[in-house]
Formats: sequence, structure tokens, C-alpha cells
Amino acid sequence: MSAANRGVPLTTGREFFGRHQSLSIVVAAAVVTTILPLVALVPPFSGFGNLDVWVGTFANAGVFVLLALGLNVVVGLAGLLDLGYAAFFAIGAYTMAYGNSAFTGLDVPFWVMLVVGALVAAIFGIFLGAPTLRLRGDYLAIVTLGFGEIVPVVFRNADTYTRGTNGITGIGQPSFYGLFGINGFGFTNQWPYYITIVVIIAIAMIFLYRLQDSRLGRAWVAIREDELAAASMGINTVTTKLLAFAIGASTSGFAGVFYAAKLSTIAPDSFGFTVSFTALAMVVLGGMGNIWGVSAGAFIIYELQTQGLKQLDSFVKSLHLAPIGPVDLNAINFINYQYLLYGLALVLMMLFRPEGLFPSRRRRQELREAEPLAGEDELVSGDPTGVA
Amino acid sequence: MTTATATGPGRVATRLDLGRWTVPVAVAVALVAVYVLLIIGAGPQAQEQFINALTIGGVYALIALGYTMVYGIIELINFAHGDVFMVGSFVSWWLLTTLGFNGSIGDPVVLAAVLALAFLVAMVVMGIVGVVIERLAYRPLRNAPRLAPLITAIGVSFILQNIVFVTISNSIVTSPQVIPNPVLTLGPIQIRAINLFVIVLTVVLMAALHLFINRTRLGRAMRSTAIDREAAQIMGVDINQTIALTFFIGSALAGAAGVVQGLYFGVTKFDIGFQAGLKAFTAAVLGGIGNTTGAAIGGFIIGFIEVLSSVFGYGRWSEAAVFGALVLVLVFRPTGILGQQLGDRA
Repeated sequence: MSAANRGVPLTTGREFFGRHQSLSIVVAAAVVTTILPLVALVPPFSGFGNLDVWVGTFANAGVFVLLALGLNVVVGLAGLLDLGYAAFFAIGAYTMAYGNSAFTGLDVPFWVMLVVGALVAAIFGIFLGAPTLRLRGDYLAIVTLGFGEIVPVVFRNADTYTRGTNGITGIGQPSFYGLFGINGFGFTNQWPYYITIVVIIAIAMIFLYRLQDSRLGRAWVAIREDELAAASMGINTVTTKLLAFAIGASTSGFAGVFYAAKLSTIAPDSFGFTVSFTALAMVVLGGMGNIWGVSAGAFIIYELQTQGLKQLDSFVKSLHLAPIGPVDLNAINFINYQYLLYGLALVLMMLFRPEGLFPSRRRRQELREAEPLAGEDELVSGDPTGVA
Repeated sequence: MTTATATGPGRVATRLDLGRWTVPVAVAVALVAVYVLLIIGAGPQAQEQFINALTIGGVYALIALGYTMVYGIIELINFAHGDVFMVGSFVSWWLLTTLGFNGSIGDPVVLAAVLALAFLVAMVVMGIVGVVIERLAYRPLRNAPRLAPLITAIGVSFILQNIVFVTISNSIVTSPQVIPNPVLTLGPIQIRAINLFVIVLTVVLMAALHLFINRTRLGRAMRSTAIDREAAQIMGVDINQTIALTFFIGSALAGAAGVVQGLYFGVTKFDIGFQAGLKAFTAAVLGGIGNTTGAAIGGFIIGFIEVLSSVFGYGRWSEAAVFGALVLVLVFRPTGILGQQLGDRA
């Protein structure tokens, strides 16, 4: 790297993409979109399901990537521990259900609802964030956890407006209006959903990258590091925190709208603490504050949970292993063990990588303060300011 | 609860200067208010409902004590704690059914012996489980980023739930209610034996814990570790041992609550730990996290909120009411009812 700098002003790929983040996100999104289905065809993975199943889970994983990206703003950047993040996911999904389903009789297009859902979620983000502004640390965590529990309870019990536990069915699907020969997305073909969510993620990532390096992004980090010092430097902590909640919530709202449209049916039980927690685990395991890290973390955890562990049983059975001594793997019903293994995986991953799989540069520095950083490359993580 | 005195110059910045009588008076006023509400809502059943609330609240308080002790000493929201309570209820279920009991025991001597055994076994087993969890999942992460142990805590919660799910049962399990069910009359109060037992037990355990923390050497070690770990270490406190002890006591109390769950409700299930843990944690925060008296008060408050909401016909909303109360309290007192002003730690 440094050798290239010394001579002619050659730009390496790394430097180029470090300088052109938006372009690199588009390129990366395209590359990842192409590679993932190919990987799914390779033997160990192909044993877990056919290509269509995999593409379907990629689209679902995309929902969680969006959730993790949004939560990363709140937890990773602004340092506000939010344990009730699923509330905004639920609000986005129900907004979609109200805007486009037989229940209300409205038929607003999915693409419009994406924006509406994000806006509604953002408003609720401010609304639910406001009472928490005075709270610090774990008191904030428990209040957000409380909101995260209250929102599904409201959706479950306000039957007249939400159809209670049955949830809302017949939610309209996205449509390309004949573009690429696709009208309604339907249920069988997963590819349009996959492509759509990748595009949404790419837009969200570009937006979040620009935001992270902006004045607001720096204010978030300042608040995370020391709220009092940030306030005395003239940062308006009230608006800054509320904006973190609003932007985090709106990303979650996007995810909710897409999720409702893809499933075409939603019920309050899909938005419990498990979702909030899963999103948090994705952020922490991916590497808090690192946009690429949390995306990868979200993808890995989602696929591990839904494809890896749920299909582990059929995968093991398909291997036709001979019994090893007294242990006959074929006799074990792995479906029963999926959450046990999931818990185990979470604990082990955390024990081995407490800073996450892909820690942000700044966090790495904090964790290894003693070690000299001379050898570090300025542009390694595509994060030239060192913020995050 | 009123803000008694303003923070004067030179004073330590605790929001509420708890005078000697503030807490008892406030508790008495709150209890009378609740009782009036219960009379409005439940009429003749007011007394019974009041006792129910005390019983449920006692269970929450027992679980909340473990949460608050662990938080006080290592600042970790131990999400696995609710599941320790759940496993405790299964230990008691296992013991009682293995011994061949499936209904109430008439002979008072046998009953006392069985109860003592059940509580002893459940508390010791869960205490050990708690220590093992701390050793394996939390201690290696003591100097890791703050959220890392939170994730392992939830991972451990998944593990405990699913060990029970896989090895015992995936649905509701009936636990023997060994305490017979006569209604005792104590002066003007009519109370079922089981309620009396649970309330007395909670009070005894809380008093014992209070004495232990405030009057013994080990309790002093726990308090000093909670205040400043490094300073305590310099003064000769064995930090690892003290933290392990905290986990042992907290988990043992959750184990006791688990036995009560079986005795009082007669049922248990692999997933009851999550909701119970959540409410108990809410109780701990409501009272001021890190403060054992606060956790007890918080537990009873939640018991009353639950009973009140079902008395007025909004049982389905009790969860929302509990968390609503939490938000309200924290908006006005950001560190809970008895909480101290915390420093800036996020």
C-alpha cells in the first residue's frame, strides 16, 4: 500500500473505493447479490435446501440486515441501548397492512408505503424516544424493552383495529408494473423480493454511510463517548438523540413494510422481544458501529438460525452417516435442538470474539489501546475519518 | 414518594434524602390506597385479592433480588436469571414427583420435612447453576465491551429453556401442590395456608438477605465490590469469590421462587422464565437497580399492578400496565424509586 503511494500517483482499488463509498456499496451489493445464489449451489450449503429456498431466506435475511443497520445507528453510533427495537418493525409492518390490504380496503402501492412506513416509524421513534431522554445506560434499556413489550400487546388486544392475535391478512404485494415482465411479485418466485431488498439495503447503506460521516454522525459518537462533554461542546443532545431514534426507527419501518408485503400476513406475535434481541445480537456480533460488519453479522446469524439449524436435521439425514459407536446422529431429531444450538452458538461466538466478528476501526483501537497502531492502514475499513 | 429535601450546596447529589420514616410512611399510604382501589374494584373479595397481590409480588421480589444483586455488583442485566427461576421450578417438580407426592400432604411433620428438602435442594442446585453460568459465560467477558455479556446472558437463557424443552417437556407440566388448602382465620384476616406460607417465606428470606448483606463479612465484601471493584481488591477482597457468591445467593433465591411457583400455581413450563424474569427485572429497575430494598418494593408494586388490572377487568393489559408504570416512574425519577444518582455509564 505505502509502496504504491511513494511512486506515481497510482490509486489502488482499496483507496479508490475508500474515497467513493457510495459507488463501492453499489458494486459490493451487485457482487454479493450474484455470489450468494452461487454459493448456495455448492455442496455443503446445497444440502440445506434448493436454490429457491435459499433465495427466499436471502430476502428474509435482508429484512434483518435492515433491522441491524437501523439498530446500529441507535446502539452502535449513538450508544443508546435499545432493547425494544422490534416495536418500530411492528409499526412499519402494520402501517403497510393498513395502507394496502382488504382489512382497510386501501390499495396504496408498496413503493409509496415504503416511504410512509418509514415516516410513521420515525414519528413513533421520536414519540417513544422522548420519555427516555433523561435516562442513562441500562435504565434506558429497560424502558425501551418496556415499549417493545407494550407495542405487541396493543396490537394483540386492540382487536377492533388490528384483528387481535389473528393479525391482518391479504396484504398487497409489490409490483414492477410490467417492468422486467413482472407485475405482482407473487409467492413462488423469490427473486424479485431478493433484488428489491438488496436495492433497499444498498440505498440505506449509502444513506447511513453519509450520515455517519456527517456533523450529525460525529455528534452521535460524541454523545456515546461522553454525553456531558458533548453537551458542553454545544451539541444539542435532545435533538441528536431523538434523530438517532427517528433514523433507527425509520430503517426498521422500511424493514417492516417489506416484511409485511412479502409475507402478506402479519400477526402481533412476530414482533416480540426475540426480534429485538436478535437484531441486537446481530449488531453486537457483527461489530458495533461498523456498517459492513453489522450487515454481515445479521446475514450470518439469520442464515445460521433459519437455514443452518432448522434444516440441520434433513442435512444430517441426507448424509446417511454410519453410527459412530453408540452415537447415531440419524436418530437425533435436530429440530428440537435448534434453539439450544443457537444459544450455544451465541455464547461461543461472543466468548471467542467479544468485540464482534468485524469490529469497527475505532473500537479495535479502544480494545487494543496498548498496542501501537502504526501499521494500520488509514482506509482499511473504508472509513477515512476514523469515526465509528 | 415526595422529593423530601432539595439538594443544598455541598450535599451529595442524591435526589431523595430518605428520612428515617419516609419509606414506612410512603409504603403505608400506598398500601391503604391500593386497598381502597381493591374495595372499589373487587368489593367483598378485596382482602383475598390483596393477599394474592402480596403473594405474587413476593415471588417477583424474590426473583428481582437476584437481578438487582447481580446488576449491583457487575452491572450486567442477567437475562438468564428468569430461566434460573424456571429451572428451579422444575427441580422442585422433579424432587416432589420422584418422592411420590402428587397432592397435598396432611401430616404436618412430613409436610415440613418435604418443604424443607424441596427448598434446600432447589436453592442449592440453582445456586450452583448460577455460579457455573457466571464462571463459563460471564467471567471470561468481564473486561469485554459492555454488550458482550448481555448477548451471552440471552444465549444462556436460550440454552436453559431448551435443555428443559428437550429433556423434560415442551408443554405445561403439573407440579404437586403439597400444601393443604384450608382457609385460616387470623383475627379479622382470612388467608389460605399457601398464601400465608409464601408471604412469610418471602419476608424471612428477604430479612435473611438483608442481614447477610449488612451484618456479615462476606456481605461487606459484596457491598464494597459493588461500590468499587478495584479498591475492594486492594483491600484484600477476593473479587472472583465475591461475585460467585453473589450469583449463588441470587440464583438460590430464584430457585426458592421456582419452588413457590410449583406450590402456589401448581404448573410450570419451559418458557415461564422469560416473562417472569422480565417483570422481575422491571421490579428491580422500578425500585432502583442495585438496591435490594428497592427490588422488594418493586416486586410488590408489580404484584399489585397485576392484580389491580385484572380486578378492573383489564387482565389482558396487565403487561402494558406494568411497563407503563415503569415508564412513568422513570420519567419522574430516572433512577427508580430508591435509586442513587448514577454516574455517566452507558
